[in-house]
Amino acid sequence: MLEQLYNAIFIGSIYALFAVGFALVFSVLDILNLAHPTVFMLGAFAALFAIGTLGLPWYAAIVIAFLATGLFGIVLDRVAFAPLRRRGAPPLSAMISSLAVTLIVVRLVELRYGGDFITFPRGTLPSFLIHIGDATLEGVRLAIMVLAVVLMLGLTYLVRSTSLGRDIRALAENPRAARILGVDVERAIAATFFISSGLGGLAGVLLGFAYDSVDSRMGLPLELRAFTVMVVGGMGSLPGAVLGAYILGLGEVASLVYLPAELRDAFAFGLLFIVLVLRPSGLLGQRATDRV
Amino acid sequence: MLLEAAGLTKRFGGVVAVNAVDLGIPPGQTFGLIGPNGAGKTTLVNLISGHLRADAGTIHFAGADVTGAPPDVLTARGIARTFQGVRLFKGLSVIENVLVGRHVRMRTDAVRRLWPRGAPDRADRDRVRVLLERVGLASRAEALAGELSYGDQRRLEIVRALASEPRLLLLDEPAAGMNPAETGRLRELIRALVGEGLTILLIEHDVRLVMGTCERIAVLNFGRKIAEGAPGEIQGSAVVREAYLGSEDVA
Amino acid sequence: MEELGDFLSAYSTLIALVGVNALLALSVWLTLYAGQLTLGNAAFMGIGAYVSALLGRHLGTPFPIALVIGAVAAGATAAPLGLTVFRLRGVYLAIATLAFGEVVRVILLATPITGKGQGLNGIPPKTELWHIYLSLAVVAYVLWRVQGSTVGRAWAAIREDETAAASQGIRVRRYKLGAFVAGALLAAWAGGLSAHLTFSIEPNDFGFTRAVQILVFAVVGGIPNPLGPIFGAALLTALPELLRPLKDYRDILQGLILLLVIIYLPRGLMTVAQLRRTRRLQEIGAADVA
Repeated sequence: MLEQLYNAIFIGSIYALFAVGFALVFSVLDILNLAHPTVFMLGAFAALFAIGTLGLPWYAAIVIAFLATGLFGIVLDRVAFAPLRRRGAPPLSAMISSLAVTLIVVRLVELRYGGDFITFPRGTLPSFLIHIGDATLEGVRLAIMVLAVVLMLGLTYLVRSTSLGRDIRALAENPRAARILGVDVERAIAATFFISSGLGGLAGVLLGFAYDSVDSRMGLPLELRAFTVMVVGGMGSLPGAVLGAYILGLGEVASLVYLPAELRDAFAFGLLFIVLVLRPSGLLGQRATDRV
Repeated sequence: MLLEAAGLTKRFGGVVAVNAVDLGIPPGQTFGLIGPNGAGKTTLVNLISGHLRADAGTIHFAGADVTGAPPDVLTARGIARTFQGVRLFKGLSVIENVLVGRHVRMRTDAVRRLWPRGAPDRADRDRVRVLLERVGLASRAEALAGELSYGDQRRLEIVRALASEPRLLLLDEPAAGMNPAETGRLRELIRALVGEGLTILLIEHDVRLVMGTCERIAVLNFGRKIAEGAPGEIQGSAVVREAYLGSEDVA
Repeated sequence: MEELGDFLSAYSTLIALVGVNALLALSVWLTLYAGQLTLGNAAFMGIGAYVSALLGRHLGTPFPIALVIGAVAAGATAAPLGLTVFRLRGVYLAIATLAFGEVVRVILLATPITGKGQGLNGIPPKTELWHIYLSLAVVAYVLWRVQGSTVGRAWAAIREDETAAASQGIRVRRYKLGAFVAGALLAAWAGGLSAHLTFSIEPNDFGFTRAVQILVFAVVGGIPNPLGPIFGAALLTALPELLRPLKDYRDILQGLILLLVIIYLPRGLMTVAQLRRTRRLQEIGAADVA
């Protein structure tokens, strides 16, 4: 029981790190960045590269993964989103262009690393176990949970208390007003993508460490769950995304007990569906329905 | 009364945009609705056109209770409108815009449409062309609506609304951004339409246009109706003057 | 003439596949035309495929009737689905249809009668080329005629501006539902044809990947008229075959094409022929792909 709770919070933390970046881009730019799962995967691969090829220790790999995916996020915006913004294209176009990027990037990674699971070199991570009562818990996961919380607190601080955070919030609220009020829009957007992708990449590294497995398609299941998380928590709400992530984590682990393995994915989608029908604005989100 | 609204109220969060407003529009008139910025004019129009649902109050049109009816039902019953800041179908051609406007009155047989020959919608197209000629847009029938000049777009929007053969036409700030010559042409058009039996509710900032065109005027401020009467009465009303002087507008 | 015959038999599978994909692309085109993005048509395709195959296998239903029932089953699912989700704004609709698609896939995986993960094998190969292309011709013709009709204009108006469309007396929800259900019927019909073409089907054939693929056909081909998605489907189905030597880079190339098209030719490749008009449309801010 404790083990399940532990794992639920762990996976919730990963979902939270991933979804918060996704929600950030949505709240600022009103687009669904369907390339977000690629940064998840790229983060893990960046760490793999840093450890396997460059021989760096795990903590350096984490930093490298963050920086690399953050930069990738900025490039992604320049290539796939900025041209669309310039001509005022609707959100659907951004979805499709980010989808295209995903197709390309995933395939490129596959060509270089193959499609199978890859494990990290032995001894990458200190592995330690925690014993509480009957339960045996993996220590790495605890460290990840703590790190996730620290990161989210850091993000909260950034958004609430820094001038950059204020710029980002202004942009999210009213782009035109923000521009008029002198907000450096380009800088704010670049920062948004850097943070969003960086966090997504971190989520990927951390999951890769925890499961000791990295593969080119690891982002896809996350993407679909990110939708659920965002809708449950409320589209565009960062605290909502975090809340939704933990709810999903707990729900999934609980459903594993009662549902056959094949239906595990169904939980995420069933939940998504029910929320969309009953309360589409989610727990903390904006209005989602028509009728002016 | 063609349109009878009683006790209409609409709240947005903590703000009461329209506060227990009564409005009675007799047929065959131009009825004006004025008030300082933020008085609730557009919200009231949105309530009447079905785009917003009132929190309280009723709306009767031609004797029937239409409270809470959606826009498409109201259009079928005979209420048409234009929007503040033109809302045309920019990617469609001029004539297509007006054909869409005629949606509820189209006499075309859908099944015959499947045959490649013949022009089953000839009657409707002719009717639409007549409307376009009226505002001088017939020569630009195939142009994209989004390419028209602002003045032309405004006129197109009015014609699109007329295509549904309405009994009541709501014009939301039609003169915004028009020069005096265009405003004059608008005034002519309104007079002609009313002469043909149409009833018009005119929401406007251009007070001169309103005074010169409307038989009766209602004044809103802070969501409440503060005055109603003939243009002369409104002009001389101390209450109205105060409302305008109290805001940025100048009467 | 003989060469044509040889060519046809050598490439018959490919040509059949192009036809099926064209039908699928049109099913998505229809909803995009009305301004809606649906990612659920892969699931409707799956419903059509499974229902028609199972009817044939267990009840001996004749092929055409099985196809019809498969389509009706999809339509019957689409109607309540559409009603529930049409309150949602654009982006939510896409997500909801995506979620629906995944729910269907998971149900297919878990239900014994569908053969679960193994799928259905040994479906009799009843589909012939002329079935596919006759369907395609009829559908394309009907859609072309509808485009210039009141219904087509209503859809275009909804795509441009829903609020203004409602003001013109268009029952927006009904029209959106119509496009959505019609798309579902079409996708299911294509699914039925496809199942009896490829002999075996499994749930993963009808998931997210397929939904995206269909969307890509429609978008790359273009929106202006029904030829667009047909062209897109033909190009993107045939391309992998033509690029066979470049096997590994096929996906990358497809991704690149998609990226370039959506950024520079958002109304699809078909609009290359109408570049000036497209630019005009873009400049005046007309509704883009959706």
